[in-house]
Amino acid sequence: SPARELTQNPLQKTWEPYDNGLPAGHSAQRGVCMTNCPTLIVMVGLPARGKTYISKKLTRYLNWIGVPTKEFNVGQYRRDLVKKYKSFEFFLPDNEEGLKIRKQCALAALNDVRQYLSEENGHVAVFDATNTTRERRETIYKFGEENGYKTFFVESVCVDPEVIAANIVQVKLGSPDYVDCSNDEATEDFMKRIECYKNSYETLDETLDKDLSYIKIMDVGRSYLVNRVMDHIQSRIVYYLMNIHVTPRSIYLCRHGESELNLKGRIGGDPGLSIRGKEFAKSLAQFINEQNIKDLKVWTSQMKRTIQTAEALGVPYEQWKVLNEIDAGVCEEMTYEEIQENYPLEFALRDQDKYRYRYPKGESYEDLVQRLEPVIMELERQENVLVICHQAVMRCLLAYFLDKPAEQLPYLKCPLHTVLKLTPVAYG
Amino acid sequence: ACGPQLANSPTVIVMVGLPARGKTYISKKLTRYLNWIGVPTKVFNVGEYRREAVKHYSSYDFFRPDNEEAMKVRRQCALAALRDVKLYLTEEAGQIAVFDATNTTRERRGMILNFAKENGFKVFFIESVCNDPTVVATNVMEVKLSSPDYRDCNSTDAMEDFMKRINCYQASYQPLDPDNYDRELSLIKVIDVGRRFLVNRVQDHIQSRIVYYLMNIHVQPRTIYLCRHGESDFNLKGRIGGDSGLSNRGKKFALALNKFVEEQNLKDLKVWTSQLKRTIQTAEALQLPYEQWKALNEIDAGVCEEMTYEEIREQHPEEFALRDQDKYYYRYPSGESYQDLVQRLEPVIMELERQENVLVICHQAVMRCLLAYFLDKSADEMPYLKCPLHTVLKLTPVAYGCRVESISLNIEAVNTHRERPEEAKKGPNPLMRRNSVTPLASPEPTKKPRINSFEEHVAVSSALPGCVPQEVSTQLPGQ
Repeated sequence: SPARELTQNPLQKTWEPYDNGLPAGHSAQRGVCMTNCPTLIVMVGLPARGKTYISKKLTRYLNWIGVPTKEFNVGQYRRDLVKKYKSFEFFLPDNEEGLKIRKQCALAALNDVRQYLSEENGHVAVFDATNTTRERRETIYKFGEENGYKTFFVESVCVDPEVIAANIVQVKLGSPDYVDCSNDEATEDFMKRIECYKNSYETLDETLDKDLSYIKIMDVGRSYLVNRVMDHIQSRIVYYLMNIHVTPRSIYLCRHGESELNLKGRIGGDPGLSIRGKEFAKSLAQFINEQNIKDLKVWTSQMKRTIQTAEALGVPYEQWKVLNEIDAGVCEEMTYEEIQENYPLEFALRDQDKYRYRYPKGESYEDLVQRLEPVIMELERQENVLVICHQAVMRCLLAYFLDKPAEQLPYLKCPLHTVLKLTPVAYG
Repeated sequence: ACGPQLANSPTVIVMVGLPARGKTYISKKLTRYLNWIGVPTKVFNVGEYRREAVKHYSSYDFFRPDNEEAMKVRRQCALAALRDVKLYLTEEAGQIAVFDATNTTRERRGMILNFAKENGFKVFFIESVCNDPTVVATNVMEVKLSSPDYRDCNSTDAMEDFMKRINCYQASYQPLDPDNYDRELSLIKVIDVGRRFLVNRVQDHIQSRIVYYLMNIHVQPRTIYLCRHGESDFNLKGRIGGDSGLSNRGKKFALALNKFVEEQNLKDLKVWTSQLKRTIQTAEALQLPYEQWKALNEIDAGVCEEMTYEEIREQHPEEFALRDQDKYYYRYPSGESYQDLVQRLEPVIMELERQENVLVICHQAVMRCLLAYFLDKSADEMPYLKCPLHTVLKLTPVAYGCRVESISLNIEAVNTHRERPEEAKKGPNPLMRRNSVTPLASPEPTKKPRINSFEEHVAVSSALPGCVPQEVSTQLPGQ
């Protein structure tokens, strides 16, 4: 049969085949198909081991790179069912009423997982609960098999009492469970809650669990055990988990100082700073000094305006080409009026779906996210960093840190001469 | 500096494991990858030092733990190799040295750790643990029987001797113990050819990348096919870049490619294209599902897009000259360089490592970058690798490298290859930046037969026993 005709999607500028005037499916268009069957990630570990922290962070990352992901926290289901938490006694291993309710919650959560993965186009579901017994994990694994999901376990093991105490202070004392307690009462109760799980805890075992796919994270990332990574998405998840850390630090995001083209209302190009832009660079230097930051790394793009801004700081900086502003293709160096005049269709399309819209011979926000992924990965590895970049780029990075969806990303406010200081706290 | 500082203090990667566990395979592959992404890396194989010192290998008796004379020689060889490691890392701008030996005792590893500490090097251990006798036997057949040690033996005798050689190490083997004794070390333990990994104390970015790479490679036999799109309308006009469709001959090529793929009779072939029309049109003829990667798009020629070389020479004469001076680092105004291409193709390479049978339909510059990775070609050679239209390169992993077969599908096409101009100066490079992505060919540690051009290599590829000969890079890093 003759080769199919290709038509170019006017929004994304991608070429698609069509048969008899109708688009014909053929493949994933955004590079490698990340997931073929849905994946069920199962957290494992005693309370206060960072399971929810990891679940939320991983979910945020996967969504940002374009893999629809959702977390299902069984504790949340329990709070919805049992309106008022009384004490750790709910979690005693011989509390039959408690066990019944807890099992019910787990099943309700799994049901929602099934709905998300099989009916709502979710790709990854993160099942956040202790899942500390082999029996519970078997149930979940079978559930996965029955529904055609791949299952990947993420276990967090930690025996350092300081880490556990810090976790409790960070996220447990403020939990709805302890809204009417003093900090001391809450801590005491929570420690007893952890004890309830210890006797029945069966860690993932080298022999007994040798056929499962999992990563065991030890001592907040000092070491890892990785078993049977099955596919691309699991490999990416492992890589991400191995790069994140919990050391306190701050990330500073800002744009270059005002540029000559900014003044003229023109987009893109590679102009230098305006006079006010140069003043901003000096103010930025002063601000950074005042912040008194330990070992600050400074990153810029390879465009003149960010480099000029960094130069004023008088500290070493690294240039990343991938931090360059979005490529506006044929619209480079135009004003918005000129674009509207010369490319009215493009102008309209961009407003229709600003995230996916690709400039002719240029890029889309969606493309930007893909090229910024290594920056995010390295930001996760680093500690104090100042990133001097551009409007669209900054929106993408900000969306990652603040968990903003694709629809909101292109409209995030990132004005010139404003620094955003990001500090990790609790789960966000 | 451009891009992240990949490594600050030099790093010594120390391989650990019994013979025939894939240490040299990992050493060479990892070195090839690191050089391609621009981190100057070199392998130091202690076995080769031993072969230099002890001209003729007689039998496994040499490796017996009670053979004092031999133990002395072996220790000397390790020390000689470490001396060269020090030279490479401190005086030859090397960033990573891979110390390839069994290193199976704590004593030996302690010695290396001291050496590294004295010199301010970071140390990262890679241990390969495998007790599956089938795997071990396969390794012995793939790479040991053809070793210079056994050139005068038949296969059966060689196999028997080698198994006794492995035995010599068993009693004194102290595997890495990250739970206790080796708690403070940075290491990865690769178990059963990648089924499991134990990772301890990753110190920095490059170690994290190394771990990610090791976790994605595999040893399943498979084939990678690389080709360009069929001839395009722009090719016919001598224009570069753009997004034109296939010419009539290009369409014929697509049909010929379809036939070729069918004849290859492969299990589960994945097909990848770029997001430019000409590669997609080519893939359409295969009637197989395919995936489009923007990262596979041709190099962006910026202001020179859609021009002919004559037009470029006329309208941008300095640019034209600069490109010939240093084609690898040269970036088109508002466009890209080969160096930029390597950076954007890295995820493609990583996914190619994960996959099995793949056909990549791409473009000239892109194909050159990918080919340079598989054939361990330096930045200097990369932009001049021959990747003609209507020709498929079939790559099969074999022993420590890659066998390449060039298959022309016999459809006429224009020649888009420009040879390296002879007048181009090769002086100090104004375009070169430090710490940038600069693929180097893995430096060849010992004398091996050289094959000077890609075509020559292709002609003899079926006769080579294993190692793909590599040319020593004449361009020092950082220059």
